[in-house]
Amino acid sequence: MLGKLTWDAIPFNQPIPMAASLMVVVVILAVLGYTFAKGWWPYLWREWITSVDHKRLGIMYAVLALVMLLRGFTDAIMMRSQQAVAAGGHQGYLPPEHYDQIFSAHGTIMIFFVAMPFVIGLMNFVLPLQLGVRDVAFPVLNSISFWLTCSGALLVNMSLMIGSFARTGWLVYPPLSELAFSPDVGVDYYLWSLQISGVGTLMTGINFVTTILKLRAPGMGYMRMPVFCWTALASNLLIVAAFPVLTATLAMLILDRYLGFHFFTNDGGGSAMMFINLIWIWGHPEVYILVLPAFGVYSEVIATFARKPLFGYRSMVAATLGICLLSFMVWLHHFFTMGAGADVNAFFGVMTMVIAVPTGVKVFNWLFTLYGGRVHFASPVLWSLGFICTFVIGGMTGVLLAIPPADFVLHNSLFLVAHFHNVIIGGVLFGAFAGYMYWFPKAFGFQLNERLGKASFWCWLIGFYLAFFPLYALGLMGATRRMQHYDNVQWQPLMLVAMLGALVILTGILLIILQLLVSIRQRAKLVDRTGDPWQGRTLEWSTASPPPAWNFALLPQVQGTDAYWTMKQAGRATARPATPPAYEPLEVPRNTPVGVILAFFSVIAGFALIWHIWWLAIIGLIGLAVTALSHAWSVDREMVIPADEVAAFERARVSGGGS
Amino acid sequence: MSLADSLTNPADEPVGVPYSERGPASIETVASFGFWLFLLSDVVMFSALFAAYAVLQDHVAGGPDGLKLFNRGYVLAETMCLLVSSFTCGLMALAIERRATAAFYLWGIVTFVLGAAFIGLEISEFLRMIREGAAPERSAFLSAFFTLVGCHGLHVSLGLAWLATMMAQVGTLGFRPQIVRRLLCFTLFWHALDIVWIGVFTIVYLGARW
Amino acid sequence: MQSIWQSGVLDPQGPIGAAQRLILLDATAIMLAIIIPVILLVLGFAWWFRAGNTRAQYLPTFQYSGPIELVVWSIPALVIMFLGGMAWISSHDLDPPRPIPSKVPSIEIQVVALDWKWLFIYPAEGVASVNQLVVPVGTPLSFRITSATVMNSFFVPQLGSQIYAMAGMVNRLELLADNPGTFQGLSAQYSGAGFSDMRFEVKALPAADFQAWVASTKAGGGTLDPVAYGRLARPSMAVKPQAFGNVTPRLFEAAIQQAVK
Repeated sequence: MLGKLTWDAIPFNQPIPMAASLMVVVVILAVLGYTFAKGWWPYLWREWITSVDHKRLGIMYAVLALVMLLRGFTDAIMMRSQQAVAAGGHQGYLPPEHYDQIFSAHGTIMIFFVAMPFVIGLMNFVLPLQLGVRDVAFPVLNSISFWLTCSGALLVNMSLMIGSFARTGWLVYPPLSELAFSPDVGVDYYLWSLQISGVGTLMTGINFVTTILKLRAPGMGYMRMPVFCWTALASNLLIVAAFPVLTATLAMLILDRYLGFHFFTNDGGGSAMMFINLIWIWGHPEVYILVLPAFGVYSEVIATFARKPLFGYRSMVAATLGICLLSFMVWLHHFFTMGAGADVNAFFGVMTMVIAVPTGVKVFNWLFTLYGGRVHFASPVLWSLGFICTFVIGGMTGVLLAIPPADFVLHNSLFLVAHFHNVIIGGVLFGAFAGYMYWFPKAFGFQLNERLGKASFWCWLIGFYLAFFPLYALGLMGATRRMQHYDNVQWQPLMLVAMLGALVILTGILLIILQLLVSIRQRAKLVDRTGDPWQGRTLEWSTASPPPAWNFALLPQVQGTDAYWTMKQAGRATARPATPPAYEPLEVPRNTPVGVILAFFSVIAGFALIWHIWWLAIIGLIGLAVTALSHAWSVDREMVIPADEVAAFERARVSGGGS
Repeated sequence: MSLADSLTNPADEPVGVPYSERGPASIETVASFGFWLFLLSDVVMFSALFAAYAVLQDHVAGGPDGLKLFNRGYVLAETMCLLVSSFTCGLMALAIERRATAAFYLWGIVTFVLGAAFIGLEISEFLRMIREGAAPERSAFLSAFFTLVGCHGLHVSLGLAWLATMMAQVGTLGFRPQIVRRLLCFTLFWHALDIVWIGVFTIVYLGARW
Repeated sequence: MQSIWQSGVLDPQGPIGAAQRLILLDATAIMLAIIIPVILLVLGFAWWFRAGNTRAQYLPTFQYSGPIELVVWSIPALVIMFLGGMAWISSHDLDPPRPIPSKVPSIEIQVVALDWKWLFIYPAEGVASVNQLVVPVGTPLSFRITSATVMNSFFVPQLGSQIYAMAGMVNRLELLADNPGTFQGLSAQYSGAGFSDMRFEVKALPAADFQAWVASTKAGGGTLDPVAYGRLARPSMAVKPQAFGNVTPRLFEAAIQQAVK
């Protein structure tokens, strides 16, 4: 009746997951109860949950990312503390059955439910504003993408309370992930969660590529787009090209586990090596999907705060597209030690190094943007400078690992772990935080408390070095990754330093939360009246903070790169035209619940498939079909904003906030 | 002002201005471009399945291989059904352009019947193979075969469901712009599946004869 | 007191590991020569051109320079060409199956990764051991590596390269221990609950002592036949080293066949 689901699935006899689950349930109920008691639900449903506005969706993506950061980071603290104590015969407090789930969940959550949503959220919020248009190409699809991502996040977190998560590492290599060696539901939670959210991500890729290539303000030719838009284009092209491979590969593993197929099994002629190739053909572009938009953020931030145009615009574009293309030609460097032979290894090693060339060009372009500038050290700039210094070190260790014989002694060691955290934290996360602090005033109409922002940066910077440089050393000492315990007590002091670093990073995270709470409190004082608190160069800064639903009453006429800066220089930004412009009524897409309802049925179907509750899975699939069909018949999808409302908003802005 | 105009801007066609600078494209362009991207992503997914098939083609685990299993007659019939259905789909598209409802339904139904025949033939092939002991659980080769060909068949089946839905939508809502856009996307989808089938035909069925 | 760096990659005890350490140090030095100036320049420029510094020249239209473009593309390109050449040559020189030139004939050691221990079979000597690898000094060691279950990675950091152990196939790895000593060995690919204990001691003995070990192992008895192998293959963790004086011929080949059944 309930498939494999029994009361045993709930970890009553395991104190740590039980306590964590109870805590999560209590927090969720408290939040739901509070918002319900305050009567916020009609507003939340009408304005946020059913919203198809790219600005609202972008904010919700960022909220998802920050919430999941807390879960993923809790896993990190547990791993660091376990390794800090489990030396020389001590077993620590996390047995392997538990520890092995934690490191698998940590990687899965951080990549799929923290980094991806954070980056997609920033692109969502910013792209239409920077392109000078009213929304993305497919607003309803945008909402569906967001809610499907939430479905995936929910399923992963449910594995904490009901059943268990995969014990395979974040990429579920077979044969370990096959039924013979992982008979329980953990790998199934992973597979269905990522298949569902993967659909959402693919749709985002299609949405954003179409937006960037087909929806730009008049006059904005390709070489007048902000560099952030170019990096977003490259990133989303990679999504469209790479995520289908993930879908196919996970589907093959699902078929192995559910129907007894033999794609990757030891018996029947399966090839585990093929999984590794396919998953990394997706996996390497994935990390460029994450880092390219971060590079775009740095380009915007450094140019804005140096009061100079970005140096070498054309070569930035060329470098971005070069990285985009090359990222598909390097995947084998993730498994040099699988034994492909010298020619193959050498080819991929050289290709991996070639990617360092356009990346190096970008660093030099940022360097020369600073040169001759007037640099203001706001918190986004600190993140950017911290990024450059940290990322080049991570890039260096990457080039080192790209030499196959060097990789032969460092593969899967803590040196590798240090390398990829170096580039992901130093590259992606610092960029996400820079973007968050940079565009926050635009999104909410008030600035963030600068002091707390800077304090958080220093904690993250110092904490990162404390947490990961010991790991470089440990890797050289022969320490491999994913150790639940180890014999060599001489390694323990370094593990303790790493633990300390994790605590410093925790402080950084808490400071970001504190910054948000304090800024909300102080929002009257921190209000952004002009819409342009940073003396911006690109079009988003020409709108109000926050922008109205329609973004631009009249689409701007773009005449050069740094479109808004050009307008300001020509005195066109605030010029009052002789006669007021003729505003027309604007049609904007209506909000719709189709996204959240599809996500709801996805969770039902996913959970049912995980636990082999076939009748419930069918109900879920029928629910999806019915929802899709009823949406197909909805014809009243737009609503009209009357011209008066548009005019009134613009008049109020000019008189109340003009600079 | 329509949604089309507020989100996009049918160009005034000013002379000498590059396309890239004419402002937001029309909704027809946006919709079909987005669908093309989706089709490309679908092709990438099929490529991964083709790659898996190529790798596992010889991993028969002591069981039957393609040479032994595949029935030329059925494959020819399936191919004919699909190719002709693409032609009738084209006729359907012409009818849509003329807003000729009767012709639209005629060619729509013919396309549907041909597509359903393809699926029927394919399912009966699969069942025959399974009865002969060549089930997908038998070997990696068979797993890859059933998945690749089955995935294509699943796409065709979803296409049939989509076609039926579109015929119902024309019946209830008429040829309004939103419906016409969707119909155009459907025809792109149907033709793309035909192209994928040519790949399947070549690599799987003809490939077994090398 | 043993230095913390002993037992690691920077303390190689064989020619393969030594060559790899050289690559690591050389490549790091070359790249540091680039990135240290870059970091200093970034911090230097940011500081010198800070808004409050009136002495710094403000160049608001400085956004392109041909000569600078040439340099910023050339420097990374040249460094990468050099390192790429290094990668190409060293990938071939240090390809795992490449025989190590030596006057001493090589010894073949067959390695089977089990859940969660390592089995070492010496086909010529007719002995086997679990979680302990005894090897003669100065002799090329020809490893043939497979797995009975999931993927593992055979790794002795002080001797050099690791390579994956995979079911149904054999990876070849050539290593050599220059000096006598005891080194740590491990699996470097996570393989399940007992992974952390999948460690083994590597003892490099002078040739005579190695022969003595073989002889005493043979005398010590214990037979590794298919039945015993089947018992050994059952999942177990933190397995103490043990030895077998008698090994069924072609047991390794049988193990490979069995893994894919």
